[in-house]
Amino acid sequence: MPATQSLVTIKGRKDGLVLVMNEACAYRDLLIELKEKLAASTNLNKNGPVISVKIEMGNRYIDADQRDQLKQIIHSYDHLKVEEIHSNVLTYAELDKIKEQEKMVTMVRIVRSGQVLSVQGNLLLIGDVNPGGVISASGNIYVLGSLRGVASAGQGEDRKDAVIVASIMAPTQLKIGVTMSRNERNTAEVLTERHMFECAYLDEHIGKIVIDRIQTTMKKGNLPFTLNKM
Amino acid sequence: MGEAIVVTSGKGGVGKTTTSANVGTVLALQGKKVCLVDTDIGLRNLDVVMGLENRIIYDLVDVAQGRCKLNQALVKDKRFECLSLLPAAQTTDKDSIQPDQMKKIIDTLKADFDYIIIDCPAGIERGFKNAVAGADHAIVVTTPEISSVRDADRIIGLLEQEKQVSPPRLIINRIRQHLLKSGEMLEIDEIMNILAIDLIGIVIDDDGVISSSNKGEPIALNPSSKAAMAYRNIGRRILGETVPLMDLDEKQGFFHRVKALLGMR
Repeated sequence: MPATQSLVTIKGRKDGLVLVMNEACAYRDLLIELKEKLAASTNLNKNGPVISVKIEMGNRYIDADQRDQLKQIIHSYDHLKVEEIHSNVLTYAELDKIKEQEKMVTMVRIVRSGQVLSVQGNLLLIGDVNPGGVISASGNIYVLGSLRGVASAGQGEDRKDAVIVASIMAPTQLKIGVTMSRNERNTAEVLTERHMFECAYLDEHIGKIVIDRIQTTMKKGNLPFTLNKM
Repeated sequence: MGEAIVVTSGKGGVGKTTTSANVGTVLALQGKKVCLVDTDIGLRNLDVVMGLENRIIYDLVDVAQGRCKLNQALVKDKRFECLSLLPAAQTTDKDSIQPDQMKKIIDTLKADFDYIIIDCPAGIERGFKNAVAGADHAIVVTTPEISSVRDADRIIGLLEQEKQVSPPRLIINRIRQHLLKSGEMLEIDEIMNILAIDLIGIVIDDDGVISSSNKGEPIALNPSSKAAMAYRNIGRRILGETVPLMDLDEKQGFFHRVKALLGMR
């Protein structure tokens, strides 16, 4: 590799900067050049609107410490914000974690009062959640039965895009990520109501959990990301 | 070899003791050898409801701690030769006996009796664990109230973890017809929807239950009351017969129908 070729290429885009990093050189050299390049671009020191930065690492593996290090260098400029650090390389451990997040755990049981069912990934529960019962998942929750207890989706990493779907939706409390909502109706009323096939998702515009018929949600066209994917 | 059935509910005051006394009585009426075991140590009631309080000499804790033989502690019923009661101790508490001691006592009783009815204390602590330790079957008692259904649900969850106990069956107790009709009480279907276990009987709230338990005579002995018929049906279902559920609607007499026609009601 000729020494004259730059290791860090800064590209300007409509939505911010893209830093393309050479994937074959030493990591240390990369950092040195990154610092030089940033220092050299004088207009970065000026005050202005916040510019988002995407770092493209190519086929280089970078661990969490290195990610922090890169962020630190870039965040030393006040109006630069790292949006994403993208690398084509994953460790097996990271892959396992992603697989864990995306797997579907199927359970056939009744979650009764006082029982807690907690899973990694998406939960498909065939059976009921009775009042006083708790289910929780790091991904989405689907209940083929009545949901009368507490359901928490997107737990662990505050996944705002998680959804909760139930054949009969009459929960006492719902939680998506860190946002909670509770049922205002009294317990006796809830028992007799029949809310069929409803979906709860976090409406980011109002920051609240919304429960709606799945058909209505589809019509509005604001289906949460997770359901859109399917 | 007999069967041990634990009568439990989680919540207090829903009629565990009354149910135990009556189910035991109807089984004895059918000629089965029955032993009632009161495990509510420290708050014993079953002996009072059965009218056997003044015959107690030894109790469950005496047996467990080896102060007497099991046969010495059994109190024979004054009405039926085949009905006995193993009373709870009144002076100590639930921690004075261990689940494995309890299991041993129940296993010994199973050799001599056809049915052992275990009256469980309220709560989910030691007393519950003691009562369930030796049981083969379980009957969960609930009333048509949300709080009692909630506790029954919890108890069913705990019973399902006890591997030796067969799936629990449900008695809905203290049903009040007028509240049911006006929709102010949980309907039987709703309760069944939540609890999702087999129903073994429904018992109508009957003033006679209170007066008869004060007299120390289980109401099941008095066949004219609806509650007694309900308990007799439950007894027959335990024995394996298929008995249809009682019709809750009171039969309206001729006079009522004439009144209804005239628009007087």
